[in-house]
Amino acid sequence: MSVAAVFERTRAEGRAALVGYYPAGFPTFDESVTAIDTMIDAGCDIIEVGLPYSDPVMDGIAIQRAAATALAGGTRTREVLRLVEAVAGRGVPILVMTYWNPVEKYGVEAFARDFAAAGGAGLITPDLIPEEADEWLAASDEHDLDRVFLVAPSSTTERIAATVAATRGFVYAQSIMGITGERDHSPTAAPELVSRTRAATDLPIGVGLGVRNGEQAAEVAGYADAVIVGSAMVSCLLNDPDHGMERLRDLTAELAAAVTRRPIDA
Amino acid sequence: MSPTQPDRLGHWGRFGGRFVPEALIAALDELETGYRKAFADEGFRAELDRMMREYAGTPSLLYEAERLSERAGARILLKREDLNHTGAHKIRNVLGQALLAKRLGKPRIIAETGAGQHGVASATAAAYLGLECTVYMGAEDVRRQALNVARMRMLGAEVIPVTAGSQTLKDSINEALRDWVSSVDSTHYLLGTVAGPHPFPLLVRELVSGIGVEARRQCLDRYGRLPHAVAACVGGGSNAMGIFHAFVDDADVSLYGFEAGGKGVETGQHGATLAAGTVGVLHGARSYIMQDDDGQIIESYSISAGLDYPSVGPEHAWLKDIGRAKYEPVTDAEAMDAFQLLCRTEGIIPALESAHAVAGALRLAPTLAAEHGDEATLLVCLSGRGDKDMETAARYFGLA
Repeated sequence: MSVAAVFERTRAEGRAALVGYYPAGFPTFDESVTAIDTMIDAGCDIIEVGLPYSDPVMDGIAIQRAAATALAGGTRTREVLRLVEAVAGRGVPILVMTYWNPVEKYGVEAFARDFAAAGGAGLITPDLIPEEADEWLAASDEHDLDRVFLVAPSSTTERIAATVAATRGFVYAQSIMGITGERDHSPTAAPELVSRTRAATDLPIGVGLGVRNGEQAAEVAGYADAVIVGSAMVSCLLNDPDHGMERLRDLTAELAAAVTRRPIDA
Repeated sequence: MSPTQPDRLGHWGRFGGRFVPEALIAALDELETGYRKAFADEGFRAELDRMMREYAGTPSLLYEAERLSERAGARILLKREDLNHTGAHKIRNVLGQALLAKRLGKPRIIAETGAGQHGVASATAAAYLGLECTVYMGAEDVRRQALNVARMRMLGAEVIPVTAGSQTLKDSINEALRDWVSSVDSTHYLLGTVAGPHPFPLLVRELVSGIGVEARRQCLDRYGRLPHAVAACVGGGSNAMGIFHAFVDDADVSLYGFEAGGKGVETGQHGATLAAGTVGVLHGARSYIMQDDDGQIIESYSISAGLDYPSVGPEHAWLKDIGRAKYEPVTDAEAMDAFQLLCRTEGIIPALESAHAVAGALRLAPTLAAEHGDEATLLVCLSGRGDKDMETAARYFGLA
């Protein structure tokens, strides 16, 4: 299923989509497959698979620690593609969130080809802005992949317009000026950013960074097309290895229920 | 495109650019606009010149190292950046950026540091200009460089040990970038070298380019001619870019950068990114970097913590590709031999970084002498003094 089809469905159902992030290879390859299966079964509409990277400048401590474990366990680009292949075909689009260097090292065209062949739907690229993305724009066109760029509270109107023009799938609105990680307070800059972004595009808009529970997810679902949750998912297994999968299932179910709270005509 | 100026987005050929989170783009734009305006403002330039003269102690001396020259077989001129305040060329960069931060209305600066020299310089500039200062430093380096940590704290800076990743300089840069994403309204990231996203490579080069401007003028004044070659050590590449820039258009002057060959490039334990790295993206720019087949960053190694960095400024990558500058590795052993020779022949204890440049110059000298005879002249950037490296050197030579 494509990302566009998911948003058609969630819009028809009058709710936001739930996007769950999970890093490949954490704590092991097989357990990351199980974790993603669990997230799909419990209600994630879209999955972001994290490609573990040695120098993750956008990531907070939870995702950094998970990525370090995955890297120490030998997870590399080919394992990530293998993971995508293992979890694609479950009726949920699989995106990969990756820093740019591993893609460039693999070869942008070759990565796009192999990722598409594995059943992947698109890439989220936190350190790639459209001005630097010519090769990726061409390869993603060639292989019909979505390309999710980010907008931030600091983005100017001109930059938002240029970024959404290069984007396909959905726009990732960074809810706060900061890095990934769970936060106690709801993102106060997000509603304005979503509104500014909506003025520039008809693409669905997902809000990420900082959402950790159903209450926050419901709030974000009130104004965004997708709620993106990462660190809270990862923390389930990071903080409680013995019962992590159950906690992950319960959290996903809580979040999935929360994003449906919006009335149909809202 | 002129080799010395990047395009609008900060590219030198295929290198440079901005590979950073979108959240930082507005700050980078603000920095670029701010620095171009500041540099066009006579008042700003005059204030910076005054600080450089009266506080930093520049222009630094150009010193003919006669006894070293005898041993080398060619005339060696040392650009004595080790005599600047805080003991290295770095003061030129930090004073400029700190003054700019003040002008941009940012009361706080953050910096990353490996061995601690850039951290000390940043803390110094912050104290001098009344700014708040936070320095990120690998936890391992915090333990090894206790004296520099004490210096930074004495100067009023907060030192934050970085426990993520390999706990080295590259992780300190990641942590500083994470801080900056969260604090960009009030904070300037005082990047320590000619690397990072545009406009940092250009901005830092402009601030340190006085090294080459001064040396070029000093050569002409004293000898009536330019040197045959200019040599500098290259980690991130700031002192090298600072001395190279004034000579880039002098086609008859050869430019040589000497990188950390560590235990030998063939061992994998080195920091020779230009000589042995591959093209990739790290810390916001495309350049030569040290990476594995999957694009994961490999830790670099050098006996000199200041050269221990797995990337290099993009303009160096460009100068290498167009053949304007040559880059060669110098091993720890070669650098330490040169270190000792400079101590014993000239009474100058160089930074271990600078010892790499001296070692490279000693390697070059016979070739230059064969080409140019008695007139053969080599200009070497002595980027810093060796006080900070005494413990390493004493251990290496069995003196402690």
